[in-house]
Amino acid sequence: MVRLERVGLEYGTGRAKTAVLRELSFEVPEGGFRWLLGPSGAGKTSLLRLLNLTTLPSHGQLELLGQHIGTLGRADLPPIRRRIGMVFQDFRLLPHLSAYDNVALPLRIAGRPEGQIRVDVVELLSWVGLSRKLASRPAELSGGEQQRVAIARAVVARPLLLLADEPTGNLDEAQAERLMQLLHEMNRLGATVVVATHNDAMVNRHPAHTLRLAEGYLIRDD
Amino acid sequence: MTRSLLRPARFDDLGLKRALSDRLLPSLVGAMAFLAALALAGAIAASALAQHWQQGAGGMITVQVPQPTAPAVAGGSRADQVVAALRAAPGVASARALSEDELAALLRPWLGSSAGRIAIPLPAVIEVRIAGAGPDRLALAASLERAAPGTLIEEHDRWVRRLAALARSLQACAALAILVVGFVAVAVVGVATRAGLAARRDAIETVHGLGAPDGYIAGRFAGRATMLAAAGATAGALAALPVLIGLTALAAPFTGRETGDGPGALLTAMPAALWVALPLLPLIAAAIGWVTAQTTVRRWLRRLP
Repeated sequence: MVRLERVGLEYGTGRAKTAVLRELSFEVPEGGFRWLLGPSGAGKTSLLRLLNLTTLPSHGQLELLGQHIGTLGRADLPPIRRRIGMVFQDFRLLPHLSAYDNVALPLRIAGRPEGQIRVDVVELLSWVGLSRKLASRPAELSGGEQQRVAIARAVVARPLLLLADEPTGNLDEAQAERLMQLLHEMNRLGATVVVATHNDAMVNRHPAHTLRLAEGYLIRDD
Repeated sequence: MTRSLLRPARFDDLGLKRALSDRLLPSLVGAMAFLAALALAGAIAASALAQHWQQGAGGMITVQVPQPTAPAVAGGSRADQVVAALRAAPGVASARALSEDELAALLRPWLGSSAGRIAIPLPAVIEVRIAGAGPDRLALAASLERAAPGTLIEEHDRWVRRLAALARSLQACAALAILVVGFVAVAVVGVATRAGLAARRDAIETVHGLGAPDGYIAGRFAGRATMLAAAGATAGALAALPVLIGLTALAAPFTGRETGDGPGALLTAMPAALWVALPLLPLIAAAIGWVTAQTTVRRWLRRLP
């Protein structure tokens, strides 16, 4: 499902080159759940960007959803991205679109019919408690509400790989717990889930396999 | 909910309605279309003039007989003697003296409607159509001089060739102007598209990250650029129409086209080629918008993985 072998990621060129991920090797089996832990700057977000194919490894082998990414061309990547859901730390909602249209976006990109999209999007936004905010734009929503829209957008296409970067950061405890239930439900339905967090209490309440990063290295995988 | 349900069928996920303004790009493309319409009209008019001149003057000789009604040495009027000599000359298909009305019509562009009532003595003008290689010009001149001394032979071939060359050079200038206008239109659409890419970089990266292929994003830009370019060119072509009608009216005496009275008659006096070319301008602008936006966006997207 997810396999990294001596993967490194560097930004910049020449003397300005900075390594943010170094020699990472690990596997997450299909349907696995991983907490991604580590201090700020350890490389958690960079690793999630790699797994989301927002960036590509500088070296090493990356395998996602059974595909060796290094052997693929640019045109082969969009279909893989459509099977990956990502909750960004900064939400990345499109400011000119309503909550409904933001959540519908992955389905429209995938070419799903509007009638089907409406049913799924309304149901999901109701599930995250935003049934009265379908037409609201991000600027009209609180941080927690935006986070929930971002979560709904990440899961609406029923991804095979679900990635979340600090998904509980803007949620109160009850909402955070509800989100964890959603992530576990997606995991139970077969999605592989990787969640980066600083929320130790959440990790303790939902014990699972952890990947711990420090200064770009993987220092624990258990 | 209402806002979502009222969403247009092709919703603006990249926010291009604001990023690609519906004012600047159509205005600039409209100006380009206006200039292209004028250049096209110039090219078509030059072609029509060349054709008119060649048809009217090619293969013809004009002979002027001063004091046409004065008696000739061989009897009869000087004009009659010259016409007879011309008709007898080898290489002459026909020779015909223009009537007073025809002379007045020839002079009307310079002397106005009073050309027929002018008091100065006018020569007889004899229109000679030549056959094959035409007559021996020296022998003909000698023969006409004998028939009516002072008769002038005006050969059209040389200046018709010069006018045709002038018309061709005007056509080349017009084609060059159209080419430049096309390049500027490509540049305008390219700059507008790049500005739109810069303004919507975050949205594009998000949509790209959600799995949108290059064609999806480029298609959104191309759709918007096509619509704006076509709208601008339509406005530009429509704005050029009254100018072209005015120019048609001004050029009518030189092209031999009858304009009649009223705006309807002016519309029908415009060359058919221009009526075909004008509606093509929005289509060409749309094609430029589509191709330029597609190319620009796809090239820009290569920086993303």
